[in-house]
Amino acid sequence: MHIPDGYLSPQTYIPLYGISVSFWAMAQRKLKAQLSIKHIPYLAMAAAFCFVIMMFNIPIPGGTTGHAVGAAIIAILLGPWTAVLAVSVVLILQALLFGDGGITAIGANCFNMAVVMPFVSYGIFKWVRGKSKRGPRVALSGFLSGYLGLVVAALVTAIEFGIQPLIAVGTDGRPLYAPYPLSVAVPAMLLEHLFPFGLIEGLITMLLLKYFLKYEPDLVYGLST
Amino acid sequence: MTTFQKKLWVGLLILTLLTPLGILLPEKFGAEEAWGEWGIEKLEKLLGYIPEGLKKWSDFWRAPIPDYNFGGEEASMTVQVISYLISGLLGVGICALAVFLISKLIAKNGQ
Repeated sequence: MHIPDGYLSPQTYIPLYGISVSFWAMAQRKLKAQLSIKHIPYLAMAAAFCFVIMMFNIPIPGGTTGHAVGAAIIAILLGPWTAVLAVSVVLILQALLFGDGGITAIGANCFNMAVVMPFVSYGIFKWVRGKSKRGPRVALSGFLSGYLGLVVAALVTAIEFGIQPLIAVGTDGRPLYAPYPLSVAVPAMLLEHLFPFGLIEGLITMLLLKYFLKYEPDLVYGLST
Repeated sequence: MTTFQKKLWVGLLILTLLTPLGILLPEKFGAEEAWGEWGIEKLEKLLGYIPEGLKKWSDFWRAPIPDYNFGGEEASMTVQVISYLISGLLGVGICALAVFLISKLIAKNGQ
């Protein structure tokens, strides 16, 4: 899901950069108010976790691979604004040092995985768990948070891809950037994230949430509000 | 660092050491790159042509460690696995440090 350079037109990647930069600025303001010194080690670990989890490429029938992102569990444990920061740092490093994701696409990739996913995941978590503090309902909200968060991020990515043939076509009528339309991009991305990548993200989120609830319940941000 | 945090770091280290699975599993099952992350040669095979914008921009950035691989396109699996491991350790270290420093800056400004 790391969009490389050349797949998005400037009319797509420039606004997405604008949105991501706004969220980075907002995250700085929000974290300034919320951040406590004792959280800092966890923030550092969250970024490290996000990086490492994205290295596990999972092969699926059809010959493609995918990976979990980890943004959901970070949003639940440390809040969505922390996830914006942590995941963005990871994505920017991946692009700059490893060429995983394009430079022009940093705004887009951050929007998809460091903005959309944290907030969708966090929202779903709060909505599903209601007033529960532990038990199966919390576990389920953890799972759905990861599952739906990743699926929605994949959908947004697919839309960014799929509109390119509509908005950026050369004089010869051929797409200038991502060549597949929405009718191809959306099913391709959605299906593989509905099954299995979303399931993996959901499972990771749920299991880690249970772990933290058991051993360090005071930390869990999503539960304190 | 609390005992719990130390445990988390150990867990992270174990995960990092397991990262080569991320290239060994796809290799074993003959899987290639993720949807939408094709290189221009692969896309040309799929489409029969290379979109002009992609042709222009795909080489925009020369990453120091492209695709987590020190050895280049023809590198052996051993080189790729070692590269992947080192990349994992590098990435974990740099990301943790970067976020640590940024958080310290934010927290300081907040006081």
